[in-house]
Order: sequence, then structure tokens, then C-alpha cells
Amino acid sequence: MNEEKMLKVEKIRRGTVIDHIPVGRAFKVLKILRISTDPGVTVSVAIHVKSKKMGLKDVVKIEDRILDSSELNKIALIAEGGTITIVEDYSVIKKFVVKLPDIITGILKCSNARCVSNMESAIKPSFTLLSKNPLSIKCHYCEREMETDEIMDSIL
Amino acid sequence: MWLNRDIVSIGDFSVEEIMEVLDRANKMLPYASSGHPKKPLADKIVATLFYEPSTRTRLSFESAAMRLGARVLSLGSLEASSVAKGETLSDTIRIINSYSDAIVLRHPSEGAARLASEYADVPVINAGDGAGQHPTQTLLDMFTIWKELGQINGKSIGFVGDLKYGRTVHSLSKALSLFDVSLYFISPEELKIPKHIRRDIEKRIPVKETKNLDEVIESLDVLYVTRIQKERFPDIEEYKKVAGIYVIRPSLLSRGRKNLIVMHPLPRVDEIPAEIDNLPQAKYFKQASNGIPVRMAILDMILGSE
Ligand SMILES: Nc1ncnc2c1ncn2[C@@H]1O[C@H](COP(=O)(O)OP(=O)(O)OP(=O)(O)O)[C@@H](O)[C@H]1O
Ligand SMILES: [Mg+2]
Ligand SMILES: [Zn+2]
Repeated sequence: MNEEKMLKVEKIRRGTVIDHIPVGRAFKVLKILRISTDPGVTVSVAIHVKSKKMGLKDVVKIEDRILDSSELNKIALIAEGGTITIVEDYSVIKKFVVKLPDIITGILKCSNARCVSNMESAIKPSFTLLSKNPLSIKCHYCEREMETDEIMDSIL
Repeated sequence: MWLNRDIVSIGDFSVEEIMEVLDRANKMLPYASSGHPKKPLADKIVATLFYEPSTRTRLSFESAAMRLGARVLSLGSLEASSVAKGETLSDTIRIINSYSDAIVLRHPSEGAARLASEYADVPVINAGDGAGQHPTQTLLDMFTIWKELGQINGKSIGFVGDLKYGRTVHSLSKALSLFDVSLYFISPEELKIPKHIRRDIEKRIPVKETKNLDEVIESLDVLYVTRIQKERFPDIEEYKKVAGIYVIRPSLLSRGRKNLIVMHPLPRVDEIPAEIDNLPQAKYFKQASNGIPVRMAILDMILGSE
């Protein structure tokens, strides 16, 4: 049976579905998409959904909105390997897996308070991807290595 | 490929490049106290830009530059100058860039030298960025081990003291782990080497962690001592108890290998008492003086014509 059949969420006519979000991270996705401050968008959230691939997962569906590349990169941090589906007229027109770039720039700040990237406003924080699973990145400036929890707290 | 290269982090160096620096430093050794007869940097200006007082490091760089015939532009105390008055580091660097052929930078923010290197056309040498990197310190430590023991491969190096906060230990142990060495981390529970550093090093070489220096002294070729700072402990009694355990005694060293050497990044406090200074194992003053040939080597490699 298709996983979707178990979802008690209405079909959307037009918009974006973010699927295969690690369980518990749906709210993080809403936060970085600034959903709560934008009353114009309708969002459905399904949490603790059974999934063959992941055991449990979260799913977020956003009506009438297409994500930009910075948002997609942030989602890749929260849900590396997550699936983005773009829906038009109730049917899937595009589907892809989010992927973290090797150099991650401008979407999170360094967790090291003494890092120069937190001191000078002209600087875009930048990180090298060390490992996807478990997630770990290294600050280009201070060389601090950050892991999942710290990364989740540092997304802009 | 050394010409105009930034010296920001020891992590930017391969084993071959580290050995190249050590080799060049060795060639500089005869000129480290008398000056290089050819004055290879005679037409160069080296600016030292220190946002934190660190007289010894600054003088060591300035002396090294002068021994090669370069002229030195010292920006003195920055608190007193306009540079400190709210100007961003990137702006300051863009200006100093046009005054000099290389910039030696000490700054309290981690990553400051990397940032500076992105704004300067001339090479930037990191002379310490907060708790971050201080690559010439690491190189002079490696030079000391190599010079005193003949080689780095095959050696066992023990770090004792504050391994948690000591950036010297972090950088040096990472750099050493590129070689075929064994590392011993000897510290109280509160000051253990950070897990992420240990994990990284362990991918390449054997590591042993212990609280007990007595237990491992016989296995070491190098004993690298660091200072345990009072401020790291909530109460003074706890500090005294812990610090007292790691004071280096002649009786301890006499149990070590014949060629054991004792190093320390200095300044020391009580962890190495003066009675050690005259023992053959004591190499920490030699180590400090190795700062000159190593910095001469670096300056000559990035600014020289060869
Ligand atoms: N019209 C729609 N309204 C809401 N959600 C939709 C719509 N069409 C597809 N989806 C959702 O988009 C995601 C991908 O759709 P697809 O039909 O490709 O599902 P799938 O077979 O579950 O694929 P996958 O292997 O990615 O799980 C699923 O989570 C599905 O529930
Ligand atoms: Mg599915
Ligand atoms: Zn940083």
C-alpha cells in the first residue's frame, strides 16, 4: 500500500510537498520557511507518519508556494535526502531529492560566538560539508566542527 | 607555489609541505642569530598588526623579518590608534594591504586571519586568532621535535596538562597525526582533549588517554607540558589538587627514555620548576628560540625570490 494512503491530509491543488523529513523536524521546516508570520499560506503538517524507508517521518505540504534555492538548501540541512514534490492541478509535475552542496554558504551562522563571521556583518558565514550521515560541517573561518543539534539551532 | 601563499592554518599543510618548512628552517638556523648575509628580503616591508598584546610573538616575527633584511612596519598598540575605533577588520586589512608586502596578524576572533587573507592581496600570516590557529607555533614545535630527535616518524609524544582549552595542543596533535606517531593525552578529567579532536586523530594513529603520567612516562620520546589555569576550576582547592599532580619532577624524568625531551609553549608557571631547567631533557627555551628560524623560513618562502 502506498504510504500516502495512510495520510489523513487533503490533496492540494497547487503547491509544494516536502516529504521524508526526519521525524520531529517538521516544525523546524515551518520555522525556516517563516510560515507562522505569513498568514497568506495554507500549510498541512503530518507528523509521525509511518514510512517504509524511514520507520517514521514527517511531511509538510504548502499551498501556492514554490521554494527558492536558499530555502531548499536549508531544507537539505534539516532533511538531507528529503523529497520535494511540486503539484499543479492535483498532480505531480516535478519531483526531486534535496541535496546539500559541498560548500554551504549564507544559510546558517557559526555556533562559535568568538568566530569572526559573527563579528563582521559583511561576511557570509560559510561551511564545508564533512559528512552527511551523521551530519557534520566545518566553519570556513574558525574551523569549528558542528554536528546535527548545533546545526539545527544555527539555521538562519 | 609558496610565493604569496597565506599561512592561516596548519590544516592547510600537507606532510610534504611541513617537511619543506622544517628543512628550510634548518637552513636558516645559522643565520637566526647573525642575520642572513644575502638579505633576501631587503626590498620588502612586513607589517605586524596585533590586536592583542603578545610581545614575544610580535618581536619574534619582527626579528625574523629583520634578519632577512626586510623592513618592519609595526602597528604598535591598536587600542590607541584609529584602526581600533570601530573600523572593521576587513577595512583595516584593505588599507594595510597597500603599505606592506606581507601582513602578520594577531586578532582575538577565531577565523580572523582567514578573513584577512580574503581581503588582502599580499600574503597574511596568522600569528594567533583567539582560541583558533597559530600555525607558526605548531611549526616551531614540530621543528623542535624533528631537530632534537632526528625525525618525527616513530616517536611517541605525550601531552600533559590542560588539553581541553589549549589550542597549542589541538593544532600540534592534529598536525602530528599526519605522521607515523603515537600520542598520549595525560590530563585530569575536567581538562581532557575534546572528543571531536580525539576522534579525528584516532582515524590515523594510535591514541592513549590517561590521568596518570607516571604510568606512561617510560613510553615517551617527547613530554609536552602545558599550563593548567586557575580560572578553569570553580574552586581554588580543586585547582591546587589537580595542578599539583602534574608538576614535572627530576625523579619522574629520570625514569623516562634516555633521549626524552621536555617541551612547553611558555610562559610556564609552576608546572615545570626551575630545577628542571638545567637537565638535558629541558628543551623549552630552545623551542622558543626556534621561532626565529621557522618564521624566517616562512617569510623567505612566501616573499623570497627563490
Ligand atoms: N495533489 C497532491 N496533494 C498533496 N500531496 C500530494 C499530491 N500529490 C502528491 N502528493 C505527495 O507528494 C509526495 C510524492 O508523491 P508521489 O505520488 O510521488 O508519492 P510516493 O509514491 O509516496 O513517492 P515517494 O517514493 O517519494 O514516497 C507524497 O508525499 C504524496 O503524498
Ligand atoms: Mg511515499
Ligand atoms: Zn566559525
